[in-house]
Amino acid sequence: MNDTICAIATSQGIGAISIIRVSGDNAINIVNNIFKGKDLTKVETHTINYGHIIDGDTIIDEVLVSVMKAPRTFTVEDVVEINTHGGIAPTNKVLELLLEKGCRLAEPGEFTKRAFLNGRIDLLEAEAVMDMIDAKTENQRKMAINQIGGKTSSLINELRDDMVQIISNINVNIDYPEYDDVDVITNELLLPKISKLKNKINNILKESENGKIIKDGIKTSIIGKPNVGKSSLLNALLEEEKAIVTDIAGTTRDIVEGQIIVNGILLNIIDTAGIRETEDLIENIGVEKSLKIMKEADLILFMLNNNEELTEDIIKLLEEIKDKKYLILINKNDLESKLDRTKLQIEKDRIIDLSLKNNTGLDSLKDKITEMFKLNELQTKDPTYLSNSRSISVLKRCLNKVNDIEESIKNNLPIDMIELDIKSIWEDLGTINGSTYEEELLDEMFKRFCLGK
Amino acid sequence: MYEIIVVGGGHAGCEAAYVSAKKGHKTLLVTSNIKNIADMPCNPHIGGSAKGIVVREIDALGGIMGKIADKTHLQIKMLNSAKGPAVQSLRAQGDKITYQKEMLRTLNELNDLEIKEAMVEDLIVEENTVKGIILENGEKIESKIVILTTGTYLKSDILVGSTRTRQGPHGEKPSNHLSDKLKEYGFKVIRLKTGTPQRIDKKTIDFSKTRIEKGDDKYLTFSFDLEPQYKIEEQEPCYLTYTTEETHKIIRDNLTKSSMYGGLDDIEGIGPRYCPSIEDKVVRFKDKERHQLFIEPESRYYDEMYLQGFSTSMPTDIQEKMVHSLPGLENAVITKYGYAIEYDAIYPTQLKESLETKILSNLFTAGQINGTSGYEEAACQGLMAGINASLKLEEKNPLVLKRNEAYIGVLIDDLINKGIRDPYRLLTSRAEFRLLLRSDNADLRLRDYGYEVGLIDKTQKEKLDLKRENIKKCLDYLKNTKIKITEEIKELFLNNNYNIQITTMSLEQLLKRPEITIDFLEKIHTIPFAENIKEQANIQLKYEGYIKKSYKEAEKLLKLEKKKIPIDIDYNKIKNIASEARQKLNEVRPTTIAQAIRISGVNPSDISILSVYLKKEYGKDESK
Repeated sequence: MNDTICAIATSQGIGAISIIRVSGDNAINIVNNIFKGKDLTKVETHTINYGHIIDGDTIIDEVLVSVMKAPRTFTVEDVVEINTHGGIAPTNKVLELLLEKGCRLAEPGEFTKRAFLNGRIDLLEAEAVMDMIDAKTENQRKMAINQIGGKTSSLINELRDDMVQIISNINVNIDYPEYDDVDVITNELLLPKISKLKNKINNILKESENGKIIKDGIKTSIIGKPNVGKSSLLNALLEEEKAIVTDIAGTTRDIVEGQIIVNGILLNIIDTAGIRETEDLIENIGVEKSLKIMKEADLILFMLNNNEELTEDIIKLLEEIKDKKYLILINKNDLESKLDRTKLQIEKDRIIDLSLKNNTGLDSLKDKITEMFKLNELQTKDPTYLSNSRSISVLKRCLNKVNDIEESIKNNLPIDMIELDIKSIWEDLGTINGSTYEEELLDEMFKRFCLGK
Repeated sequence: MYEIIVVGGGHAGCEAAYVSAKKGHKTLLVTSNIKNIADMPCNPHIGGSAKGIVVREIDALGGIMGKIADKTHLQIKMLNSAKGPAVQSLRAQGDKITYQKEMLRTLNELNDLEIKEAMVEDLIVEENTVKGIILENGEKIESKIVILTTGTYLKSDILVGSTRTRQGPHGEKPSNHLSDKLKEYGFKVIRLKTGTPQRIDKKTIDFSKTRIEKGDDKYLTFSFDLEPQYKIEEQEPCYLTYTTEETHKIIRDNLTKSSMYGGLDDIEGIGPRYCPSIEDKVVRFKDKERHQLFIEPESRYYDEMYLQGFSTSMPTDIQEKMVHSLPGLENAVITKYGYAIEYDAIYPTQLKESLETKILSNLFTAGQINGTSGYEEAACQGLMAGINASLKLEEKNPLVLKRNEAYIGVLIDDLINKGIRDPYRLLTSRAEFRLLLRSDNADLRLRDYGYEVGLIDKTQKEKLDLKRENIKKCLDYLKNTKIKITEEIKELFLNNNYNIQITTMSLEQLLKRPEITIDFLEKIHTIPFAENIKEQANIQLKYEGYIKKSYKEAEKLLKLEKKKIPIDIDYNKIKNIASEARQKLNEVRPTTIAQAIRISGVNPSDISILSVYLKKEYGKDESK
């Protein structure tokens, strides 16, 4: 039913071996056509077979061919993997032969797409495979692996299982009202169960913040008056880490001026105004815009000049960031101190002295960030988080419903009505890993898999 | 030549025949024995959780089960009366003698209905269209439409201990060939099983060792048209007793003698999960020290009592021992032994939403032949089959009730989309919109349909419209009437940790509070409307939030119902659909995305792919 696709599965370039993966109804036949050795159509499933890839009479390469028959394969279709000797030329020649014999070149992510569509992996896992492809840090990679392994999914399933027990008990009470064979759940008995559920959801949400940090990095904005040294800070950070210094459209809508990795976590330096071109942020775009930038940031690095007096607008801006995660960087401490620190009214441990000119203070800045976001902990923990914003928003919706339930219990509403809320949470949770169908899921799939092409 | 032939005179057959004749179609009801018209071969209940709501729905649409039950029952009560309005449901103890008599009388009054005693063994079929029936003696009777409501009578076997006897309930003759013929016509036929407990001579039971269970002391009716036909104080009681450790020991020691546990090694039928035999209960719930048993009267006219919860297929000598181990039944005389029965049914995904079969045109099926269990489940299918057969004769579109409109809709939708594994019983939990599908509002939901199809007359319709109007008036009254907050109300609020400082409040505001009942409010201020009107207003106000949520959910479903799947779709052309889903989609051939979602074996990802395919192939046509 499905056409047969193929692609080079290993990274292109010179390596010891390359693997070409073929998947689809005709995978085995097509490979067999260009294979000299055993008849692949007759070999057992999940076997590795030695032989040669041939083009007519010409031997192209000496290969090992793995034959995996449906359904126990990654795509749930027949899959053949050809291990060729590395080297661009032979590998490409094999690929060309396959295309000639009727394979189609796979689109990016198409094997994953098939695995998902054939029910081999759920939506969370599929999303994770995509994340894996995009992973830049070790933590991102680890998290994706856990998600592919279904660990995150089982976290959700665990929650759902707890709820099914509550739901079925209430339903039995409704359908068999006169039977005393089953314990009757009352609102009083339900309340602690709901509190437990709430805690679990809260924990996942809290952990998921970490997940988001691992996946998306920390949105960091550098704020400060002209000439305070913002671009020097950016360049110093970037240079130090020898990181990517191009304008990259990040996972967020923001323009990422640069990315550095601190303790395995991406720091996305964001600034929509482009601080590298202009030093006049506050003056040019005004206090209001600065506020907006600060509001969207996960971390604000607020730079002050040791050599200048505090102005009113700075003090006003500082007032506004009290609820955010922020650090005050006082640059130019190599110059005379004109800044009156008593006026700052900020805890001491949020203040870091820098001299970008002398290249001092950067380490304590990074240490501080590590401490603030508990990055060391993130490093050592096994990351099983919900990392995409779709899942997190579903979970938040569930939390709201849990709060509704608590309210209903307090108001002593009939338990059979409260059960409706529990059921709807159960269904919502199912949309996270694709156990329940939702229209929005479709949109999600369109976004990720370009279906319908 | 008849317009409609109904085969079988059980609860499905009676409703189907009634509807068809009532609508003026020349109808023949064929039954193997007129004495068994509307027979209750198992328990004596009409109604029960969810089922009671179905009886109300049948009445709202113009069927007869509710009215016959109201006229004849021994006892009636509202189940779950302490819970919310959505799960309250009526249950009556029927009188097995008068129920049948009243049904037969009602059917005999219909001018266009004839009843005939005969055994049907085949159908007249031409070009995949049914043209009538063929009797055991070879006689052919022609009709435009045939409705099969054969109950448990297709190749039925009665199982007791290690004996298997080819017969139907009451030792009646079964139909030996009809199910084979159906197979030949291309139907997938399955084998199901159910069971029934012993009947006990009332005079030999020591009721002092049991607990009495009375009917409600409030007048109740299934029907929206009838006043109560009974006296509260004249209701017959039921009794509660329990199994003992000894009972369990007898069962465990003799387990292999039960037909279902090795007594017979050729059992194919799958029994209902929801109605396990006492053997099943003892085996599956080892830790339970005792199980409840209800001793229920079957009729005012004979002394047999039904032993609810003790269904078994043990040999008769063991049944004697089992029964005598029960408190109050030590010296009981068993008048009928319990048995299991195996019978043929057709796999219900072979049906359209109208209950016409997909395989043979003009053939409808209803009741246990479709794999359900229960009198109410059967009756409501009979009603719908009767309505849709008539509508087909009249060249009108079938009446299809949606899941957010009726339990009947839930039942039929489940049957034709999900298929069954064991006999299907309606449960409240099967209805996702149960807050909308209440016992109290069945008339408001469905009577208009009954009127449209011609089963509800003008007077009934006017009564309904008046009710709607009064509900509106009552709601307005509650909204506009403000009363002073008395000390009594304040205290009630305080008891619920709600300290109010306001001096006047509208009745509406007060009723919205969960702790304020309408009865309480009436002590302070009389509300000048009838009971059923006040009840509606109260429910609508008190549970407004939840009701709104349900409507919102229902809208989501309706949106998906609008996504039509073209009738000629070729599922083999859709890439990437899992093969199980492809097979199921081909089998059921859903007409909307909403329906496709409910097919078991079709996963969310398959639905997504199907939607994409529809968008791509059919573009905007999809939502036409």
